[in-house]
Amino acid sequence: MAKSKPRVKAPKKASKGDIVTIKTLISHIMETGLRKNKKTGKIIPRQIINKFQAKFEGTEIFSVDLDPAISANPFFQFSMKAEKSGEFEFIWTDDNGDVYSKKSKLTVS
Amino acid sequence: MKATAKTKALCALFAGVMLSATSVTYMQTVKAEEGLPSGISKVMVKPATDDGPLDEIFSGWHFRSKETKNLQKDDFENPGYLWVEQGEELWSAVDGAKDKSCKSCHDDPAKSMKGVGANMPKWDAKLKRPLTLEQRINTCRTKGMEAKEWKWESSQMLSMTAFIRNLSRGMPMNVQADGPMKPWVEKGKNIYYTRVGQLNMSCSNCHEDNYGKYIRADHLSQGQSNGFPTYRLKWQKLGSLHRRFKGCMKNIRSTPYKVGSDEFVALEIYLAQRGKGLQIETPAVRN
Repeated sequence: MAKSKPRVKAPKKASKGDIVTIKTLISHIMETGLRKNKKTGKIIPRQIINKFQAKFEGTEIFSVDLDPAISANPFFQFSMKAEKSGEFEFIWTDDNGDVYSKKSKLTVS
Repeated sequence: MKATAKTKALCALFAGVMLSATSVTYMQTVKAEEGLPSGISKVMVKPATDDGPLDEIFSGWHFRSKETKNLQKDDFENPGYLWVEQGEELWSAVDGAKDKSCKSCHDDPAKSMKGVGANMPKWDAKLKRPLTLEQRINTCRTKGMEAKEWKWESSQMLSMTAFIRNLSRGMPMNVQADGPMKPWVEKGKNIYYTRVGQLNMSCSNCHEDNYGKYIRADHLSQGQSNGFPTYRLKWQKLGSLHRRFKGCMKNIRSTPYKVGSDEFVALEIYLAQRGKGLQIETPAVRN
Protein backbone atom coordinates (compact mmCIF):
# COMPACT_ATOMS: atom_id res chain seq x y z
CA MET A 1 0.00 0.00 0.00
CA ALA A 2 1.28 3.38 -0.95
CA LYS A 3 0.57 5.35 2.17
CA SER A 4 0.36 4.03 5.69
CA LYS A 5 -3.00 4.45 7.30
CA PRO A 6 -3.64 3.93 11.00
CA ARG A 7 -6.80 2.39 12.42
CA VAL A 8 -7.72 2.81 16.07
CA LYS A 9 -10.48 1.27 18.11
CA ALA A 10 -10.74 2.96 21.49
CA PRO A 11 -13.87 3.44 23.59
CA LYS A 12 -15.53 6.85 23.53
CA LYS A 13 -17.13 6.50 26.97
CA ALA A 14 -16.21 4.70 30.19
CA SER A 15 -17.09 4.69 33.88
CA LYS A 16 -14.46 5.72 36.39
CA GLY A 17 -12.20 2.82 37.33
CA ASP A 18 -13.08 0.77 34.22
CA ILE A 19 -10.36 -1.12 32.41
CA VAL A 20 -10.64 -0.04 28.77
CA THR A 21 -9.14 -1.98 25.86
CA ILE A 22 -7.50 -0.15 22.99
CA LYS A 23 -6.73 -1.77 19.64
CA THR A 24 -4.56 -0.27 16.93
CA LEU A 25 -3.62 -1.40 13.44
CA ILE A 26 -1.53 0.33 10.80
CA SER A 27 -0.86 -0.59 7.20
CA HIS A 28 2.86 -0.77 6.60
CA ILE A 29 5.16 -2.93 4.47
CA MET A 30 7.73 -3.48 7.28
CA GLU A 31 10.60 -4.06 4.83
CA THR A 32 13.29 -5.86 6.84
CA GLY A 33 16.38 -4.61 5.03
CA LEU A 34 17.54 -8.20 4.64
CA ARG A 35 15.94 -8.95 1.28
CA LYS A 36 17.59 -8.48 -2.09
CA ASN A 37 16.04 -7.20 -5.27
CA LYS A 38 15.95 -10.35 -7.41
CA LYS A 39 16.82 -8.52 -10.62
CA THR A 40 19.58 -6.16 -9.50
CA GLY A 41 20.94 -8.13 -6.55
CA LYS A 42 20.96 -5.01 -4.42
CA ILE A 43 19.66 -4.99 -0.88
CA ILE A 44 16.24 -3.38 -0.47
CA PRO A 45 16.78 -0.74 2.23
CA ARG A 46 15.12 -1.29 5.58
CA GLN A 47 11.88 0.55 6.10
CA ILE A 48 9.93 -0.36 9.19
CA ILE A 49 7.94 1.39 11.84
CA ASN A 50 10.51 1.53 14.63
CA LYS A 51 8.45 3.04 17.42
CA PHE A 52 4.86 3.07 18.54
CA GLN A 53 3.65 5.30 21.34
CA ALA A 54 0.29 5.79 22.97
CA LYS A 55 -0.28 8.91 25.05
CA PHE A 56 -3.17 9.99 27.20
CA GLU A 57 -3.34 13.73 27.91
CA GLY A 58 0.33 13.97 26.93
CA THR A 59 1.50 11.22 29.29
CA GLU A 60 2.86 8.05 27.76
CA ILE A 61 0.73 5.03 28.67
CA PHE A 62 2.17 2.43 26.31
CA SER A 63 5.13 2.26 23.96
CA VAL A 64 6.89 -0.32 21.82
CA ASP A 65 10.23 -0.42 20.00
CA LEU A 66 9.76 -2.46 16.86
CA ASP A 67 12.40 -4.55 15.11
CA PRO A 68 12.63 -6.04 11.60
CA ALA A 69 11.17 -9.41 12.65
CA ILE A 70 7.71 -7.90 13.10
CA SER A 71 5.40 -8.68 10.20
CA ALA A 72 3.62 -6.24 7.93
CA ASN A 73 0.61 -4.25 9.17
CA PRO A 74 1.48 -4.38 12.91
CA PHE A 75 -1.42 -4.74 15.35
CA PHE A 76 -1.32 -3.75 19.04
CA GLN A 77 -3.82 -4.29 21.78
CA PHE A 78 -3.42 -2.97 25.31
CA SER A 79 -5.54 -1.73 28.20
CA MET A 80 -5.72 1.24 30.52
CA LYS A 81 -7.56 2.12 33.70
CA ALA A 82 -9.93 4.99 33.00
CA GLU A 83 -9.59 7.65 35.70
CA LYS A 84 -10.45 10.93 33.96
CA SER A 85 -11.71 12.28 30.65
CA GLY A 86 -9.10 13.16 28.08
CA GLU A 87 -7.61 12.55 24.69
CA PHE A 88 -5.58 9.62 23.41
CA GLU A 89 -2.81 10.22 20.92
CA PHE A 90 -1.27 7.36 19.00
CA ILE A 91 2.04 7.90 17.23
CA TRP A 92 3.86 5.61 14.80
CA THR A 93 7.40 6.56 13.72
CA ASP A 94 8.75 5.34 10.39
CA ASP A 95 12.42 4.67 9.51
CA ASN A 96 12.23 7.33 6.80
CA GLY A 97 11.22 9.95 9.36
CA ASP A 98 7.50 9.94 8.66
CA VAL A 99 5.22 10.17 11.66
CA TYR A 100 1.66 8.91 11.51
CA SER A 101 -0.70 9.85 14.28
CA LYS A 102 -4.31 9.54 15.27
CA LYS A 103 -6.34 11.01 18.12
CA SER A 104 -9.35 9.74 19.99
CA LYS A 105 -11.38 11.22 22.87
CA LEU A 106 -12.50 9.43 25.99
CA THR A 107 -15.22 10.71 28.32
CA VAL A 108 -15.21 9.28 31.83
CA SER A 109 -18.38 9.56 33.86
CA MET B 1 4.77 -67.98 5.10
CA LYS B 2 1.07 -68.22 5.88
CA ALA B 3 1.51 -66.20 9.06
CA THR B 4 3.32 -63.40 7.26
CA ALA B 5 0.65 -63.14 4.63
CA LYS B 6 -1.99 -62.99 7.35
CA THR B 7 -0.08 -60.30 9.25
CA LYS B 8 0.33 -58.32 6.07
CA ALA B 9 -3.38 -58.48 5.35
CA LEU B 10 -4.14 -57.47 8.92
CA CYS B 11 -1.71 -54.57 8.71
CA ALA B 12 -3.31 -53.39 5.50
CA LEU B 13 -6.73 -53.63 7.09
CA PHE B 14 -5.56 -51.67 10.13
CA ALA B 15 -3.96 -49.00 7.97
CA GLY B 16 -7.19 -48.62 6.05
CA VAL B 17 -9.27 -48.34 9.21
CA MET B 18 -6.86 -45.83 10.74
CA LEU B 19 -6.81 -43.68 7.63
CA SER B 20 -10.57 -43.43 7.40
CA ALA B 21 -10.83 -43.02 11.16
CA THR B 22 -8.53 -39.98 11.15
CA SER B 23 -10.36 -38.26 8.33
CA VAL B 24 -13.74 -38.82 9.96
CA THR B 25 -12.52 -37.47 13.29
CA TYR B 26 -11.06 -34.47 11.54
CA MET B 27 -14.29 -33.57 9.76
CA GLN B 28 -16.24 -34.06 12.98
CA THR B 29 -13.96 -31.78 15.00
CA VAL B 30 -14.14 -29.25 12.22
CA LYS B 31 -17.92 -29.25 12.26
CA ALA B 32 -18.11 -29.04 16.03
CA GLU B 33 -15.74 -26.12 16.23
CA GLU B 34 -17.40 -23.02 17.61
CA GLY B 35 -17.63 -19.62 16.07
CA LEU B 36 -18.24 -18.14 12.67
CA PRO B 37 -16.49 -15.47 10.63
CA SER B 38 -17.77 -11.95 11.13
CA GLY B 39 -20.96 -11.33 9.13
CA ILE B 40 -21.42 -14.97 8.11
CA SER B 41 -24.19 -17.34 9.24
CA LYS B 42 -22.90 -20.64 7.85
CA VAL B 43 -19.63 -21.94 6.48
CA MET B 44 -20.88 -25.26 5.14
CA VAL B 45 -23.67 -25.77 2.63
CA LYS B 46 -25.20 -28.69 0.80
CA PRO B 47 -24.73 -28.57 -2.97
CA ALA B 48 -27.76 -27.40 -4.96
CA THR B 49 -27.70 -30.42 -7.28
CA ASP B 50 -26.85 -34.08 -6.66
CA ASP B 51 -24.62 -34.53 -9.70
CA GLY B 52 -21.78 -32.44 -8.26
CA PRO B 53 -18.59 -34.08 -6.99
CA LEU B 54 -18.91 -32.85 -3.38
CA ASP B 55 -21.37 -33.98 -0.70
CA GLU B 56 -20.74 -30.94 1.44
CA ILE B 57 -19.25 -27.62 0.43
CA PHE B 58 -16.90 -26.13 3.01
CA SER B 59 -15.55 -22.62 3.12
CA GLY B 60 -11.77 -22.42 3.47
CA TRP B 61 -12.46 -21.00 6.95
CA HIS B 62 -13.10 -24.57 8.16
CA PHE B 63 -9.59 -25.72 7.57
CA ARG B 64 -7.72 -22.88 9.25
CA SER B 65 -6.27 -22.77 12.75
CA LYS B 66 -7.92 -21.09 15.71
CA GLU B 67 -5.54 -18.12 15.61
CA THR B 68 -6.23 -17.39 11.96
CA LYS B 69 -9.96 -17.76 12.51
CA ASN B 70 -9.86 -15.26 15.38
CA LEU B 71 -8.51 -12.62 13.00
CA GLN B 72 -11.55 -13.05 10.79
CA LYS B 73 -14.02 -12.98 13.67
CA ASP B 74 -13.34 -9.33 14.40
CA ASP B 75 -13.55 -6.78 11.61
CA PHE B 76 -11.11 -4.53 13.39
CA GLU B 77 -8.42 -7.16 13.78
CA ASN B 78 -8.90 -8.34 10.20
CA PRO B 79 -6.07 -6.63 8.28
CA GLY B 80 -8.01 -7.08 5.03
CA TYR B 81 -10.15 -4.14 6.08
CA LEU B 82 -7.22 -1.81 5.46
CA TRP B 83 -7.83 -2.49 1.76
CA VAL B 84 -11.61 -2.32 2.05
CA GLU B 85 -11.28 1.15 3.58
CA GLN B 86 -8.90 2.23 0.84
CA GLY B 87 -11.40 0.97 -1.72
CA GLU B 88 -14.10 3.08 -0.13
CA GLU B 89 -11.91 6.16 -0.56
CA LEU B 90 -11.11 5.26 -4.17
CA TRP B 91 -14.82 4.95 -4.92
CA SER B 92 -15.18 8.74 -4.96
CA ALA B 93 -11.68 9.54 -6.25
CA VAL B 94 -11.87 11.36 -9.59
CA ASP B 95 -9.57 9.98 -12.31
CA GLY B 96 -9.15 10.03 -16.09
CA ALA B 97 -9.94 12.41 -18.95
CA LYS B 98 -13.65 12.60 -18.19
CA ASP B 99 -13.12 13.75 -14.59
CA LYS B 100 -15.30 10.97 -13.29
CA SER B 101 -15.15 8.63 -10.32
CA CYS B 102 -17.01 5.38 -9.71
CA LYS B 103 -19.47 7.48 -7.74
CA SER B 104 -20.37 9.68 -10.74
CA CYS B 105 -22.25 6.79 -12.37
CA HIS B 106 -22.93 4.28 -9.62
CA ASP B 107 -23.73 6.72 -6.78
CA ASP B 108 -24.18 4.99 -3.43
CA PRO B 109 -22.17 1.74 -3.48
CA ALA B 110 -24.22 0.24 -0.64
CA LYS B 111 -27.20 0.24 -3.02
CA SER B 112 -25.70 -0.07 -6.49
CA MET B 113 -23.02 -2.65 -5.67
CA LYS B 114 -24.86 -4.86 -3.20
CA GLY B 115 -24.86 -8.40 -4.53
CA VAL B 116 -22.65 -7.57 -7.51
CA GLY B 117 -19.62 -9.36 -6.07
CA ALA B 118 -21.66 -12.52 -5.46
CA ASN B 119 -22.58 -12.87 -9.14
CA MET B 120 -19.15 -12.37 -10.70
CA PRO B 121 -17.78 -13.38 -13.20
CA LYS B 122 -20.70 -12.18 -15.28
CA TRP B 123 -21.54 -12.42 -18.98
CA ASP B 124 -21.03 -9.17 -20.88
CA ALA B 125 -23.41 -9.01 -23.84
CA LYS B 126 -21.47 -6.27 -25.62
CA LEU B 127 -18.06 -7.93 -25.42
CA LYS B 128 -19.57 -11.41 -25.84
CA ARG B 129 -17.47 -12.86 -23.03
CA PRO B 130 -17.62 -13.17 -19.26
CA LEU B 131 -15.87 -10.55 -17.19
CA THR B 132 -14.38 -10.99 -13.73
CA LEU B 133 -14.77 -8.20 -11.21
CA GLU B 134 -11.27 -6.96 -12.06
CA GLN B 135 -11.98 -6.89 -15.79
CA ARG B 136 -15.34 -5.23 -15.21
CA ILE B 137 -13.66 -2.46 -13.18
CA ASN B 138 -11.05 -1.92 -15.87
CA THR B 139 -13.72 -1.75 -18.58
CA CYS B 140 -15.38 0.99 -16.54
CA ARG B 141 -12.07 2.77 -16.14
CA THR B 142 -11.05 2.70 -19.81
CA LYS B 143 -14.46 3.24 -21.41
CA GLY B 144 -16.48 5.13 -18.81
CA MET B 145 -13.76 7.23 -17.20
CA GLU B 146 -11.08 7.21 -19.93
CA ALA B 147 -8.55 6.47 -17.22
CA LYS B 148 -5.61 4.08 -17.20
CA GLU B 149 -6.26 0.44 -16.41
CA TRP B 150 -5.28 -0.78 -12.99
CA LYS B 151 -2.85 -3.67 -12.87
CA TRP B 152 -4.37 -6.93 -11.67
CA GLU B 153 -2.39 -7.18 -8.45
CA SER B 154 -2.03 -3.44 -7.77
CA SER B 155 -3.13 -2.11 -4.41
CA GLN B 156 -5.87 -0.03 -6.07
CA MET B 157 -7.35 -3.02 -7.86
CA LEU B 158 -7.19 -5.18 -4.73
CA SER B 159 -8.77 -2.41 -2.67
CA MET B 160 -11.61 -1.87 -5.11
CA THR B 161 -12.37 -5.58 -5.61
CA ALA B 162 -12.23 -6.15 -1.84
CA PHE B 163 -14.51 -3.17 -1.24
CA ILE B 164 -17.11 -4.28 -3.79
CA ARG B 165 -17.06 -7.94 -2.79
CA ASN B 166 -17.29 -6.93 0.87
CA LEU B 167 -20.60 -5.20 0.13
CA SER B 168 -21.98 -8.66 -0.73
CA ARG B 169 -20.62 -10.29 2.41
CA GLY B 170 -22.95 -12.94 3.75
CA MET B 171 -24.73 -13.34 0.42
CA PRO B 172 -24.52 -16.72 -1.34
CA MET B 173 -22.27 -17.11 -4.37
CA ASN B 174 -24.57 -17.29 -7.35
CA VAL B 175 -22.80 -17.29 -10.70
CA GLN B 176 -24.69 -17.78 -13.94
CA ALA B 177 -23.69 -21.15 -15.36
CA ASP B 178 -26.15 -21.71 -18.19
CA GLY B 179 -26.69 -20.08 -21.57
CA PRO B 180 -23.59 -18.40 -23.02
CA MET B 181 -21.64 -19.18 -19.84
CA LYS B 182 -21.89 -22.94 -20.34
CA PRO B 183 -18.83 -23.38 -22.59
CA TRP B 184 -16.80 -21.37 -20.07
CA VAL B 185 -17.90 -23.59 -17.19
CA GLU B 186 -16.97 -26.63 -19.29
CA LYS B 187 -13.59 -25.11 -20.10
CA GLY B 188 -12.98 -24.39 -16.41
CA LYS B 189 -13.99 -27.90 -15.45
CA ASN B 190 -11.61 -29.27 -18.03
CA ILE B 191 -8.74 -27.26 -16.53
CA TYR B 192 -9.76 -28.34 -13.02
CA TYR B 193 -9.48 -32.03 -13.85
CA THR B 194 -6.50 -31.97 -16.23
CA ARG B 195 -3.19 -33.14 -14.79
CA VAL B 196 -0.36 -30.75 -15.57
CA GLY B 197 3.23 -29.99 -14.57
CA GLN B 198 6.23 -31.99 -13.49
CA LEU B 199 4.26 -33.45 -10.57
CA ASN B 200 1.44 -34.33 -12.95
CA MET B 201 -1.38 -33.15 -10.72
CA SER B 202 -4.75 -31.53 -11.28
CA CYS B 203 -6.67 -29.19 -8.95
CA SER B 204 -8.92 -32.11 -8.01
CA ASN B 205 -6.04 -34.29 -6.73
CA CYS B 206 -5.64 -31.97 -3.75
CA HIS B 207 -8.87 -30.07 -3.36
CA GLU B 208 -11.37 -32.82 -4.15
CA ASP B 209 -9.65 -36.09 -3.28
CA ASN B 210 -7.68 -34.98 -0.25
CA TYR B 211 -9.21 -31.92 1.38
CA GLY B 212 -8.95 -31.88 5.17
CA LYS B 213 -5.65 -33.78 5.09
CA TYR B 214 -2.25 -32.29 5.69
CA ILE B 215 -0.12 -30.73 3.00
CA ARG B 216 3.12 -30.00 4.81
CA ALA B 217 2.00 -28.24 8.00
CA ASP B 218 -1.32 -27.01 6.68
CA HIS B 219 -4.70 -28.53 5.97
CA LEU B 220 -5.84 -28.71 2.37
CA SER B 221 -9.05 -26.82 1.74
CA GLN B 222 -11.65 -27.52 -0.90
CA GLY B 223 -10.23 -24.63 -2.87
CA GLN B 224 -13.37 -22.52 -2.69
CA SER B 225 -13.26 -18.95 -3.92
CA ASN B 226 -15.77 -17.27 -1.58
CA GLY B 227 -13.20 -15.39 0.53
CA PHE B 228 -11.24 -13.69 -2.24
CA PRO B 229 -9.52 -11.27 -2.37
CA THR B 230 -8.03 -12.83 0.75
CA TYR B 231 -5.59 -11.52 3.31
CA ARG B 232 -3.02 -14.28 3.35
CA LEU B 233 -0.61 -14.25 6.29
CA LYS B 234 2.16 -15.65 4.10
CA TRP B 235 1.75 -12.82 1.59
CA GLN B 236 1.36 -10.24 4.37
CA LYS B 237 -1.17 -8.52 2.14
CA LEU B 238 -4.36 -9.02 0.24
CA GLY B 239 -4.16 -11.22 -2.85
CA SER B 240 -6.41 -12.01 -5.79
CA LEU B 241 -7.83 -15.41 -6.70
CA HIS B 242 -5.65 -15.53 -9.81
CA ARG B 243 -2.55 -15.00 -7.70
CA ARG B 244 -3.62 -18.03 -5.66
CA PHE B 245 -4.09 -20.03 -8.89
CA LYS B 246 -0.59 -19.09 -9.97
CA GLY B 247 0.84 -20.18 -6.63
CA CYS B 248 -0.90 -23.55 -6.87
CA MET B 249 0.38 -24.08 -10.40
CA LYS B 250 3.94 -23.26 -9.37
CA ASN B 251 3.67 -25.74 -6.50
CA ILE B 252 2.88 -28.57 -8.89
CA ARG B 253 5.77 -27.34 -11.04
CA SER B 254 3.83 -26.30 -14.06
CA THR B 255 3.94 -23.04 -15.96
CA PRO B 256 1.16 -20.81 -14.59
CA TYR B 257 -1.25 -19.05 -16.90
CA LYS B 258 -1.25 -15.27 -16.76
CA VAL B 259 -3.52 -13.39 -14.37
CA GLY B 260 -6.67 -12.37 -16.24
CA SER B 261 -6.11 -15.01 -18.93
CA ASP B 262 -9.12 -16.82 -20.40
CA GLU B 263 -7.96 -20.03 -18.73
CA PHE B 264 -8.02 -18.47 -15.26
CA VAL B 265 -11.32 -16.71 -15.96
CA ALA B 266 -12.86 -20.05 -16.96
CA LEU B 267 -11.44 -21.68 -13.84
CA GLU B 268 -12.81 -18.85 -11.70
CA ILE B 269 -16.27 -19.37 -13.23
CA TYR B 270 -16.12 -23.12 -12.66
CA LEU B 271 -15.02 -22.61 -9.03
CA ALA B 272 -17.80 -20.11 -8.41
CA GLN B 273 -20.27 -22.61 -9.81
CA ARG B 274 -18.72 -25.39 -7.70
CA GLY B 275 -19.09 -23.34 -4.54
CA LYS B 276 -22.58 -22.10 -5.33
CA GLY B 277 -24.44 -21.22 -2.14
CA LEU B 278 -21.37 -20.52 -0.01
CA GLN B 279 -21.47 -17.11 1.60
CA ILE B 280 -19.07 -14.40 0.46
CA GLU B 281 -16.48 -13.78 3.19
CA THR B 282 -14.32 -11.10 1.56
CA PRO B 283 -11.86 -10.16 2.94
CA ALA B 284 -11.16 -13.57 4.46
CA VAL B 285 -8.01 -14.28 6.45
CA ARG B 286 -6.08 -17.38 5.49
CA ASN B 287 -2.61 -18.70 6.17
